[in-house]
Amino acid sequence: MNNTFDYAHAPELIRVEDLHKDFGSLHVLTGITETIRKGEVVSLIGPSGSGKSTFLRCLNLLETPTRGHIWFNGEDIAAKSVNIDLHRQKMGMVFQHFNIFPHMSVIENITLAPVMLKRMSKDEAYAKAEALLERVGLSDKRDNKPSRLSGGQKQRLAIVRALAMEPEVMLFDEPTSALDPEMVGEVLEVIKDLARNNMTCVIVTHEMGFAREVCNRVLFMDEGVICEQGSPHDLFDHPQNPRTKDFLSKVL
Amino acid sequence: MLANIQMVLSRFGMNFVNGLGTTLFLAFVAVSLGCVIGACVAIMRLSRFRILKIIAAVYTEIVRDTPLLLQLYFFYFMLPDMLPALSLSDFTCICVALVFNSGAYMSEVFRSGIQSVDRGQTEAARSLGLSASQTMFRIILPQALRNVLPAMCNEFVTVTKETSLASTFFVGDLMTQHSIIKGKTYLVIEPLIIIGVIYFVITFTMSKLITVLERKLATDE
Repeated sequence: MNNTFDYAHAPELIRVEDLHKDFGSLHVLTGITETIRKGEVVSLIGPSGSGKSTFLRCLNLLETPTRGHIWFNGEDIAAKSVNIDLHRQKMGMVFQHFNIFPHMSVIENITLAPVMLKRMSKDEAYAKAEALLERVGLSDKRDNKPSRLSGGQKQRLAIVRALAMEPEVMLFDEPTSALDPEMVGEVLEVIKDLARNNMTCVIVTHEMGFAREVCNRVLFMDEGVICEQGSPHDLFDHPQNPRTKDFLSKVL
Repeated sequence: MLANIQMVLSRFGMNFVNGLGTTLFLAFVAVSLGCVIGACVAIMRLSRFRILKIIAAVYTEIVRDTPLLLQLYFFYFMLPDMLPALSLSDFTCICVALVFNSGAYMSEVFRSGIQSVDRGQTEAARSLGLSASQTMFRIILPQALRNVLPAMCNEFVTVTKETSLASTFFVGDLMTQHSIIKGKTYLVIEPLIIIGVIYFVITFTMSKLITVLERKLATDE
């Protein structure tokens, strides 16, 4: 899967330019410039506190950048005048703690946004939701309350909830970090399936094996910047930057 | 004394029934309208607009830091003067005062309820493209409401007892009936005991129901 990506011909989807983010006096992102192309599967790795999650959350403006530009489909969504809600409909996000809506059934979790935001009719949304549940093996949970689901099932639900909006990119913020070990596999399998089907994915992860196997490109972040990047093969097997080497020696 | 109680009950039975009706009505009006105001004030307090925040905070603090009896007096005398065209009855003025009071307490209940909903819920909803208000009404408030249901019922119990202060203005609630019966029979303790029993029975029952409700909500999760 890794080497099939045709980098030169893929159109760019997200372009980040000199992105800065401060929390008070803390400089979390200190100037990131990066381009994500359509169909790419990119993972973000790095020590905790390096700004990976903040960077990811800036991409759909869950965090407001202090400075810089984020071009999505050619529009600068970091600009104040932009209606970010419209762009977020095209950027799915999956969180570490699932954030399933506990007061709705499984299928309502999925259909809520497409129906409410008038992306599809109610019938269409339900048909699509059922197909998605089938795809991730949750058809029998259709009418259950989320409290009945295991962590792995909740995360699979969270993924299809985002997919129901037919996004152009999926952002994953440590999607397996809160899972019991035996459930990590089932969630990664779903993400792999997305990657195989050419969904653009940006994944913050600690699963190095997964990053190596699934991603086209790995970005190593430390202290608010991207220190090094490359194909999984280059980055994991022949890291150049001393900080990358140091980090990999600890986690691999 | 027992004989006196029996006599009061047989002669003034309807007074107690009417009094109870009025007391419950006042509590119901105060809490239900208080809920609406409370929800609005809580949203104002948590909004990003400074001026709304300040208005909401000033309102809640004024109500919470002054006695209810004073507020009742204030509305009783001020409202008719301010809005003479409406020729408000004493009863209406007292209702307004009670709503004004309970709205502030309910807003605090709602505020804690809204804040008790995990931030991740907002983030998940916003990341799907829902606007701030869609998120509030479809995702946050339903969960907040559920979290605060027991506290809301407690507020109802509290307000039920506090309406007794309204008897100062002879609005026909249970304590007003006490004054009426006292005036007619020169008996103080006997009607007081009867009224005390009525208050106790209704608030005790409601408290028990709330416990049941809390347990049910806990098992539903």
